[in-house]
Amino acid sequence: MSIFRKKKKEENKWIKCKSCNETFYVEELEQNYWICPKCSNYFRISARNRIKITADEGTFKEFDKKITTKDPLEFSDLKPYKERLKDAEAKTGNKEAVVNGVCEIDSQPCVLSVMDFAFLGGSMGYATGEKIIRAIEKAIKLKVGLVIISSSGGARMQEGILSLMQMERASAALSMLAKKGLPYISVLTDPTTGGVAASFSMLGDVILAEPNALIGFAGPRVIEQTIGKGLPEGFQRSEFLLEKGFIDVIVERKEIPKYIGKFLRYFSENVKK
Amino acid sequence: MLVLDFEKPIYEIEEKIDNLKKMANEQGIDVMDEIYALEKKKNEIIKNEFENLSIDKIIKIARHPNRPYTLDYVKYIVEDFTEVHGDRSFRDDKAIVTGFGYIDSQKVAVIGHQKGKNTKDNLYRNFGMANPEGYRKTQRVMKLAEKFNIPIVTFVDTPGAYPGIGAEERGQSEAIARNLYTMFETAVPIIVVVTGEGGSGGALAIASGDKIGMLEFSIYGVISPEGCSSILWRDTEHSIEAAKAMRVTAKDLLELGVIDEIIKEPLGGAHRDYLQASENIKEFINKGLSELKALSKKKLIERRWKKWREMTTKFL
Ligand SMILES: [Zn+2]
Repeated sequence: MSIFRKKKKEENKWIKCKSCNETFYVEELEQNYWICPKCSNYFRISARNRIKITADEGTFKEFDKKITTKDPLEFSDLKPYKERLKDAEAKTGNKEAVVNGVCEIDSQPCVLSVMDFAFLGGSMGYATGEKIIRAIEKAIKLKVGLVIISSSGGARMQEGILSLMQMERASAALSMLAKKGLPYISVLTDPTTGGVAASFSMLGDVILAEPNALIGFAGPRVIEQTIGKGLPEGFQRSEFLLEKGFIDVIVERKEIPKYIGKFLRYFSENVKK
Repeated sequence: MLVLDFEKPIYEIEEKIDNLKKMANEQGIDVMDEIYALEKKKNEIIKNEFENLSIDKIIKIARHPNRPYTLDYVKYIVEDFTEVHGDRSFRDDKAIVTGFGYIDSQKVAVIGHQKGKNTKDNLYRNFGMANPEGYRKTQRVMKLAEKFNIPIVTFVDTPGAYPGIGAEERGQSEAIARNLYTMFETAVPIIVVVTGEGGSGGALAIASGDKIGMLEFSIYGVISPEGCSSILWRDTEHSIEAAKAMRVTAKDLLELGVIDEIIKEPLGGAHRDYLQASENIKEFINKGLSELKALSKKKLIERRWKKWREMTTKFL
């Protein structure tokens, strides 16, 4: 580990819970799967930490690590997109909003693709889409199941239409996976909205979700502005989606690997028990 | 009839021409030369304005209240058209119309967003913003089309999928996602025409075809310019800048390799000549169908996969 990383870690030793305002040691939170020990609030976690608590120890092998966006529209709003990308990379250590790898989960070999909300809100650009497609293709090549853990605000505006097209590209690739009879487990975490929700996230053979995660197409604020009134309690939360019939199971964070394993076994021919 | 600010000079000349004609009729004067001169002037004004139409004006034309919508094009292009209704689950969504008919004796299934021409009509059509049942209706029609081997033609013109409580309760994101998936798998030729505003996922849900054309003054983007401005610039003042930055015009999208063709609009925009606009669209549809009809189902899907697999990869 570089000196830079070590120093950064020192500074970030304490984390405050946004829900109850209590402060905790990083180590304490890590041991508790990044769930507040006091109020049980789920912290949003990085792709790296998610992989740590999902993949069987030592099995995760990352691929397509270097794929990144080149800002083809040379986009700039209040800040150039290139700068935003640099900041996002420094913050997360990733070159894109998704991390791909081959691993075992609950002893089941699979391809795991994890989105990182800390990278520009987990937004989907063309390189993000490309990585999702490559994860799907890797699963086809290895004849294993696919697991995607989503956390995203949706499409990436700084890439305009190029980001929108990823919705169709990823959905088409999932059709290729389905033709091979390989399972796809979609895991939704807080938040999964917009163009990510309205494409691969909602196309899982089974869809799992963490408790109380915000899941939906339109953001709550946009809906409030459109209809001109407040939204009901619990609207667009996991429990609401379960009730309405759009997800299969709400799973506590600690239990997610176990459930992924279950479904990979149910749906796979060559089961490693 | 609604006239935009920058269209006023055109309509003023037309008014003059009408008056001259009336005068000629009433008083038996020969005004041919004057009319000819005015027509020439009018066409010059339009050409000058529309040859390099600025982005703010393109957006206005794309959203022009007189712009033809799906059922207008159907009237001019599709013979023996019958609309079919409902998703067989919840209700019929008026923001999307679907049906069957013939284009030059070729059977087609038609799917398109439908806006209204006035406030009352727009409330009925929900301003062309579909709910999940609208997308599920299109899934049903796509499957029907596939079952009976009928090519699909779609007309795209929506501000976006409707952001409402009911829409979320009934799974707007699932409905759109399922459309993207179903559209890819539907093994008949699919021709897409973006006719007005292609607003985000709500547009893409019926826009993932084998051939994608865009009317010259239509727009298509990941979010509306206004939405982009309010999120990235944190105010509503930067929508034109946002539209420029996101690159939403037909020309932009052709350059980016997202669409296959720009469909020419009649002088002054599609709303000034429904018939000519329809003819141009029909030509695009026919050309696409004759190319795609030759392909076997397997080849068609292979071609489609190649199209989507390669799209945007040149920027990697
Ligand atoms: Zn707490």
